[in-house]
Amino acid sequence: MQPAYSVIFFTSASGMGYGLLILLGVLTPAEMSPTDRAFGLVSLGIALGAVTFGLVSSMWHLGHPERVLLAYTQWRSSWLSREGALATMTYVPAGLFAIGWVGFGEVAGFWGVCGLMAAALAGLTVYSTGMIYASLRPIAAWCNRWVVPVYLSLALFTGALWLNATRLLFGQPGADASLVVVVTLLLSVYLKWAYWRFLDGARADSTPETATGLGSIGKVRLLDPPRTQTTYVTQEMGYRVARRHAAKLRRYASVLLFALPFMLTLATAATSSWVAAGAAVAAALSGSVGVVIERWLFFAEAKHVVTLYHGAEAA
Amino acid sequence: MTSLPRDPGPKKLGLVIDLDTCVGCHACAVSCKEWNTGGVAAPLTDLDPYGADPVGVWFNRVHAYEAGDGMGGRTVHFPRSCLHCDEPACVTVCPTGASYKREEDGIVLVDEDLCIGCKLCSWACPYGAREYDRDAGVMKKCTLCIDRIYNDNLPEPERVPACVAACPTSARHFGDLGDPDSPISRLVAERGGRDLMPELGYRPVNKYLPPRPTHGDTDATEGGAGPLPPEPESDDGGRFLRWLDATLSR
Repeated sequence: MQPAYSVIFFTSASGMGYGLLILLGVLTPAEMSPTDRAFGLVSLGIALGAVTFGLVSSMWHLGHPERVLLAYTQWRSSWLSREGALATMTYVPAGLFAIGWVGFGEVAGFWGVCGLMAAALAGLTVYSTGMIYASLRPIAAWCNRWVVPVYLSLALFTGALWLNATRLLFGQPGADASLVVVVTLLLSVYLKWAYWRFLDGARADSTPETATGLGSIGKVRLLDPPRTQTTYVTQEMGYRVARRHAAKLRRYASVLLFALPFMLTLATAATSSWVAAGAAVAAALSGSVGVVIERWLFFAEAKHVVTLYHGAEAA
Repeated sequence: MTSLPRDPGPKKLGLVIDLDTCVGCHACAVSCKEWNTGGVAAPLTDLDPYGADPVGVWFNRVHAYEAGDGMGGRTVHFPRSCLHCDEPACVTVCPTGASYKREEDGIVLVDEDLCIGCKLCSWACPYGAREYDRDAGVMKKCTLCIDRIYNDNLPEPERVPACVAACPTSARHFGDLGDPDSPISRLVAERGGRDLMPELGYRPVNKYLPPRPTHGDTDATEGGAGPLPPEPESDDGGRFLRWLDATLSR
């Protein structure tokens, strides 16, 4: 699949924002995370800023962005519509939570419930994002049981990296914050490793023989394509550039997304405040670049069955 | 509404494509482009049409495949267009309600005034039937020539999709595949018509008739007419009538 930059930035940025929102919405009312107003302003600002940047960037690739309100109408059948509706609904409790926390310095009671509701809706939004991909049967690399857990886990992990960085910048470290990073990191490593293992071992159900119905005659090969140049379908679905470099890109993604943030987060526990804050910010930046590479690979490694009509032997 | 019709009617209009008689002339594809660039989905934009790298919207494209090896091998011309599936995921993924499946005849259409151009429907289609018009910013697809088949201004014999009207070898058939007694449903039953990629569960309405077995082909009996009839005992009429006899016996 052709990596759509706007969708990559959207899922990376909004995933991180929603992950951070989930952690703030759950940990803050429980007073397991700093509750002072300045911290609330900055951390919720990062979360909602990333979410909003992501949502806006997702509109860049639309042919008619001015009609975007129509995308709220088909939530009964469409995961994309559900994602849009949930993303918008999340702003309501998240906004109230921000008013209570930053405006009144209150994170308990009603305002705390708003935080929990924002966390729940943010989780459902990320779930819907994953389901958009996981419901596309023509793309085996997406339509499998690892995709949604990877989206959820990476949202929490990248959110946790920024939570840790913000805490250390405010001089409010805590073993529990690094613990959240390490736990979500290990979960993400496992899920992403399982996803890649699944992808490498996946057996193609569809073949040129099933695509053409000519399997009873024998092996099917493309003799003559129906075009002299490329088409929308071959450009969009037949993208192959990154697949040649997949192994290398998986290593880059693993280092930037997992290895570096892991070591930097461990380093934060062992050093003094300013060095620790620097290390945590570096971990967050590295993880954010890593997740963009991971998302890019998620597209570039995915093969669409329509390529079977255009000469691919398996999809 | 991009939910599928809850109570679809019995009528399922669609195409049956005979891979035995298709000669790969592309007349269907050209005729489709010609009709539809002036029809409901008009224009089928071409970008850089006279330049080095033209790219444009087509609803129907003709591939050629080699199937099998040696004496049993065949060259098969293979027109590909929207199959108007019974389970069209292209419709259900649409966030705006632009894509829909008609209750009365099963035709899958795009309302271009509602399309935001997110392209998700084209990802959901296994058959490559939807092509995005970069110029108009909306998705376009085969309409089964809805502006021909119900067009009272056309003489009755012309109320068929443009591709069917254009085919010089009658390899394309149009009709109601929801009615088991319709001529094209009987043709499908007789010739062993197939679904493309049935494993994905889209339940396409359009069917493809596999090539008939070749003369020396004893293995590929599936969907074919079986062994050739015995040679006529006398030579009356010569080779032409023997050929005619053999052809009509299929």
